[in-house]
Amino acid sequence: MSPYKNQVGQSIPKVDVREKVTGRAAYIADLSRPGMLHGAVLQSPYAHARIKGYDTSKALAVPGVRCVLTGADFTEHFMGAFIKDEGPIAIGKVRYVGEPVAVVAADDERTARRAARLIEVEYEELPAVLTPEEALAPGAPLVHEDLASYVKVFDAKFEGNAFSCTDLSEGDVDKAFAECDVVVEGTYETQAQYHLSLEPCGALAEVDANGRVHLWSANQSVFRVQANVCESLGLPMSKLHSMTPKVGAGFGNKMEAHIQPLVVALALKVQRPVKMILSREEDFEMVRARHPFKIRIRTGARKDGTLLAREVETLLDGGAYADDSPGVLGYSLLMARGPYTIPNTRCFGRVVYTNKMRFGAFRGFGNGQVAFAGEQQIDEIAHRLGIDPLEMRLRNAMRIEEPWFGGQQVNSNGLAECLEKVREKSGWGRRARPSRPGVKVGYGVAACAHISGLLATSAIVRMLEDGSFVLSTGATDIGQGSDTVLTQICADALKVTVDNVVCATPDTDGSPYNWGTTASRVTYTTGRAVAGAAEDVGRQIKEAAAKMLNCPVGDVELRDGGFIGVKGSNTTLPYAAVAGFTHWASGGPIVGSKSLIYDAPTIDPRRAVAIGLPFTRIGVFSFNALVVEVEIDEVTGKATVARAWSAVDVGKAINPRLVEGQIEGGIVQGLGFALTEEMVWDGGRLANPTLMDYKAPGAVDVPYEINSIIVEHPEPDGPFGAKGVGEISLVSVPAAVANAIFDAAGVRLHKLPMTPERVLTAMLGAD
Amino acid sequence: MRGDEGMTTVALRINGVEHSVAADGRRTLLEVLRDELGLTGAKRGCNQGVCGACTVLLDGRPVRACLSLAAACAGHEITTVEGLTEGNELTPVQQAFVEHGAVQCGFCTPGMVLTATALLKENPKPNVAEVRTALSGNLCRCSGYRKIVDAVVAAGGAR
Repeated sequence: MSPYKNQVGQSIPKVDVREKVTGRAAYIADLSRPGMLHGAVLQSPYAHARIKGYDTSKALAVPGVRCVLTGADFTEHFMGAFIKDEGPIAIGKVRYVGEPVAVVAADDERTARRAARLIEVEYEELPAVLTPEEALAPGAPLVHEDLASYVKVFDAKFEGNAFSCTDLSEGDVDKAFAECDVVVEGTYETQAQYHLSLEPCGALAEVDANGRVHLWSANQSVFRVQANVCESLGLPMSKLHSMTPKVGAGFGNKMEAHIQPLVVALALKVQRPVKMILSREEDFEMVRARHPFKIRIRTGARKDGTLLAREVETLLDGGAYADDSPGVLGYSLLMARGPYTIPNTRCFGRVVYTNKMRFGAFRGFGNGQVAFAGEQQIDEIAHRLGIDPLEMRLRNAMRIEEPWFGGQQVNSNGLAECLEKVREKSGWGRRARPSRPGVKVGYGVAACAHISGLLATSAIVRMLEDGSFVLSTGATDIGQGSDTVLTQICADALKVTVDNVVCATPDTDGSPYNWGTTASRVTYTTGRAVAGAAEDVGRQIKEAAAKMLNCPVGDVELRDGGFIGVKGSNTTLPYAAVAGFTHWASGGPIVGSKSLIYDAPTIDPRRAVAIGLPFTRIGVFSFNALVVEVEIDEVTGKATVARAWSAVDVGKAINPRLVEGQIEGGIVQGLGFALTEEMVWDGGRLANPTLMDYKAPGAVDVPYEINSIIVEHPEPDGPFGAKGVGEISLVSVPAAVANAIFDAAGVRLHKLPMTPERVLTAMLGAD
Repeated sequence: MRGDEGMTTVALRINGVEHSVAADGRRTLLEVLRDELGLTGAKRGCNQGVCGACTVLLDGRPVRACLSLAAACAGHEITTVEGLTEGNELTPVQQAFVEHGAVQCGFCTPGMVLTATALLKENPKPNVAEVRTALSGNLCRCSGYRKIVDAVVAAGGAR
């Protein structure tokens, strides 16, 4: 027998990797059921229009068409994570181009799509609001006339089209600005970014003879799917069984509903299994995207570089439905101070309905937008004062004992070490700017923090008859590797190898509740539940073993490799013996569980004033510092990142290789956000809903040399000290690249993406 | 299929096995593989030839199954990810993907594996730059590409 090693801290291959390299892994589009029909959707051609009537006769006349549903077939039930404002389909009016208006089920996909185009809808076009400014103008048409009466899960402040307004402040900002020696002020703008999960959204629903619905879908939470489908269709949750196949990535777009309610409605109507998979264009047009932000920001410091005050105002385009917008707004304000000691900070933000697709959760959750603005201002102040920008950050970095903006206690803080590590590894102090003809080279740094946490989760660990274990958590692995990490946590807590633990697939019938794979939370939050459930099992194993050995329970201990030992002796029992004893003789099968909710308050009312903030308990903090080396082609203005060094304080890397994968992937998605990706609207119509016209980075567009540096400042209550890593590495990227562009070319970019045209225009203006 | 005019039967050689499939002039190789033959390793990511998730090998060279008309593939040797190995074996490329952590969500993986397999046949010891160029038509949204490139370089044995 090879000696047992701790399972936590090992770069174990992902538990599902063989399925994926052999092509056997089944995603939603790969599933099939006997008698299955295929769905297709008709989308709105108008940004804002009243629906006067439908004529479905031509569609129904197509051979192979089994069912057509329009808004007229649905009663008004509403879903929404923060504000219940969204039905499963447009009812009464359409609010954006691309919104689902009708759906078809037919024998095959081609027929369904052809029939959907034959549905006739009579519209009366209404004036549309396409930007937040238009939506806020006096007398602007309302996207939702009934906003005031919608159910809201928090104390929302709203007016007109502004559906959530949030204030957050600490200290005496006006007095502090008056004491500053240097104040920088600017406005910044960020664009809509498309998630581009490589797998388009899809769902498959089947109704059994008892009327119970079985639903598979691309998702980030089987429980959010259950809630959204049931709320928007008026079904009891016990009637809906939500499951997950393999998921081809999420990044936020599969957390709340996409087309699951429509597919369930079709299956209920035709009483046959129905599958619908969105085309890439539909996925672009009707799922969700990253919020465009407009940010006005002012930061002030003393001559010695001490930051004293910051003021931030944000305006977010929320699109046609609230979705996660109130959360993104509130979270962005909580992050707008950055990871620095700025004793006086005042933030105000609004998110506004417009007649565009909904904007929602996307890796970073508003943090990358405010970091793009705030982290450039830290650089500007450093430049004005003649202080090295990395040194400036170190001087102002939050110290370990300091609370976060709003007053939340921070229990682990590796920011200074992150900054020192990237300084050392990138050779910051001796960084050269080799001049090549036609190329300008510069270095930029940015830093940030991000949370992991939020809401409820639970885990159940069961011991099988042979002494191996089944772990159930309800957490969907969207590719990042949570099945592997949670398995490692469980195995290590029980001192067995990962081969002895199987991670069950999430399923609302069989899994305990988990809010979702979002907010960088699974390793930290679900990991805590897994560690707790495993500990519960360990306790029961010891109790059973003590009974078998006829000794006090305090005399036995878990030993490496799946044994119970008697302290101070060589007497051991294998787990299999304990499992056999409990299954067949005494005590009953061992089942351990743990439920928890993240509950440390975000706001300390003695320090901060918060109005309209939807999150009151957000989570624990990870930290990041990033250095990038940028080359700018002086002829085209094209900025390319040649090398990157990203240090992330993850508390404890449960699986270092998977942590690196998150850091590298986040940086590259951040580079797309920083440099090339932009959803562009032509009037109300998305003009570039294809991968031909929307430029996401390929292998040759990004640096090979991405250096991931893992920093471990353990979180006291994290599983083995771990905290989250899913989002944080993306957050600093646009700011670091912008700071490097300034270093190279002496120009400040205030608008994303920093395309060649924008960089060149700025450079020409500077000359 | 019903309601489709002009159906003809096409003989396709896929993973060493002859298949006789119905295909009209519009039917793509991807539709035949996924919908008719149950070979779902090739994915529909964009259906436009950009993302590379549907990559298969045609006479050993990577092609986009979503842009390839099934009828035009007759007479060629088609290899999908399912045809790379027998049983539960892994090819050196697949093994390298496992060992280097080159897989996250896995949706791009079959296309990446096939593109890399074709590269290594032409250029058995590619360097980093050659691998990046060869993979430039396969989008991955999860990994940042680094670990995929490292896996392919390692599978070729060059450092």
